[in-house]
Amino acid sequence: MIELLQNLGKNTRTGFTKLGRGTFFLLQIISGILSVLPRPRLLLNQMYSVGVLSFLIITISGLFVGMVLGLQGYYILSDFGAEETLGVMVAASLVRELGPVVSALLFAGRAGSALTAEIGLMKATEQLSGMEMMAVDPIKRIISPRFLAGLLSMPLLAALFSAVGIIGGQMVGSGLLGVDEGAYWSQMQANIDFQDDIINGVIKSIVFGFVASWIALFEGYDAIPTSEGVSRATTRTVVNSAFSILGLDFILTALMFGDN
Amino acid sequence: MDNSVSTQNSLVSVQNLSFSRGNKKIFDDISLEFERGKVTAIMGPSGTGKTTLLKLIGGQLFPEQGTVIVDDNNVHRLRRSELYNLRKRMGMLFQSGALLTDMNVFDNVAFPLREHTHLPESMIRTLVLMKLQAVGLRGARDLMPNELSGGMARRIALARAIALDPMMIMYDEPFTGQDPISKGALVHLIKSLNTILGLTSIIVSHDVQETAAIADYIYVISEGKVVGQGTPKEIEQSESDWVQQFMNGTADGPVHFHYPAKDYVDDLLSTGKRYS
Ligand SMILES: Nc1ncnc2c1ncn2[C@@H]1O[C@H](COP(=O)(O)OP(=O)(O)O)[C@@H](O)[C@H]1O
Ligand SMILES: [Mg+2]
Repeated sequence: MIELLQNLGKNTRTGFTKLGRGTFFLLQIISGILSVLPRPRLLLNQMYSVGVLSFLIITISGLFVGMVLGLQGYYILSDFGAEETLGVMVAASLVRELGPVVSALLFAGRAGSALTAEIGLMKATEQLSGMEMMAVDPIKRIISPRFLAGLLSMPLLAALFSAVGIIGGQMVGSGLLGVDEGAYWSQMQANIDFQDDIINGVIKSIVFGFVASWIALFEGYDAIPTSEGVSRATTRTVVNSAFSILGLDFILTALMFGDN
Repeated sequence: MDNSVSTQNSLVSVQNLSFSRGNKKIFDDISLEFERGKVTAIMGPSGTGKTTLLKLIGGQLFPEQGTVIVDDNNVHRLRRSELYNLRKRMGMLFQSGALLTDMNVFDNVAFPLREHTHLPESMIRTLVLMKLQAVGLRGARDLMPNELSGGMARRIALARAIALDPMMIMYDEPFTGQDPISKGALVHLIKSLNTILGLTSIIVSHDVQETAAIADYIYVISEGKVVGQGTPKEIEQSESDWVQQFMNGTADGPVHFHYPAKDYVDDLLSTGKRYS
């Protein structure tokens, strides 16, 4: 029993020191962002490897999620004779929830794990140390551009996911199940609110991009510099990002859509 | 050796330094002097803290006690920007080379120039090719780090370390894991860079012959203390058993071949602990 309490105390303490290190790291990243701005090439390169390389997985997943939404939505809505509103249902689910959340989860799995492994290996092979000895701050040169790239890519990827999903829903809905195509689009246009739905979805995806990039970069930077350490850090990135994204999604949803 | 004179001539001076990792004391009140323009070697078995010492000199680690003076700067008292300015004049060659794996040889050598100067690209090209020529690898400029042999990677890292024309270079085990030809090339290179560029060199190593061939002065350290020092000749003739064991590579001596253990026969006859 005492051992249990001791362990609990110890784990809590290491948890808190890690949170402290993580916060300090975040402050360093943010103060490093200013020095990225005059060097857009650094940012563009990272936008490419963080963002563009996630295009394929986001597009394909978005398409399938939209198609499933089209199917499921049609079965439910047609029971009430409301299959005309399929477009609203598909678009609202995607823009409010599935777009930001699923693309953030995919982002954590695709780009986040790659970032952790990259930074962790750079640490293990003394590339970060080497940079410091060349009087180049690795936070400014390596970490901040990647953070900014993640932050900017996430809303774009979420938008892509939702857009492709809406098309997927339409393909299944009107192409396969015979929902009127005009109704699909016009109902969607009439009922999706720019402020309530789209802006809130974008805010979500920015928050998720922030958290997922922060976790991925911190886990890499904080990894034990061995192959085992890097592999465990990569796993932690995916797990911790998933928890944080889903937990934050609940909180944000309650705040944004709570009063209607 | 007259201490006051050597301190004046020192580019790097380590004074009464102590440093621990966890409970393990790595340096215990150690003092070393590195004279300007000379090649000074620090020798000792693996795990004695040679790499740690270089990181302490470079200001990447903080000592518990003592000071490190580099070119009249107290390294651990400098502000961050001052430390970074000092580091531009201190080259370091990591044991692994620490080349940036996402860029080719040319860009690696150009990296410090591009980060710290606003030279036009044509000038950078000239400088990079000169540095690569100095290490004999001008022809390898388009290779990626994973296409290099260990010895080539170290020479590229050396070209990168001299890119900003530093006043000194710290070499972390430059000979370890090299074939005899690469070793010879590195020995020659370190010596000639030191004379031609007027550098001060600090070599950390446990390769006795290669190091003794180029060092002007050698410190032998073990368990956090200096156990011997002098010119290679003096070290060779040292009376210390420890230094003799290290220099001659005998398996048993003051440093035992066996890690501390209980009696061998007792150990064999006892039942031992089972791990389920
Ligand atoms: N990051 C670290 N954390 C904890 N212990 C370390 C770390 N780096 C090195 N050590 C320990 O410090 C000691 C000295 O290491 P090092 O300076 O690398 O030795 P050397 O370069 O002489 O082989 C070793 O016992 C090593 O296990
Ligand atoms: Mg070492």
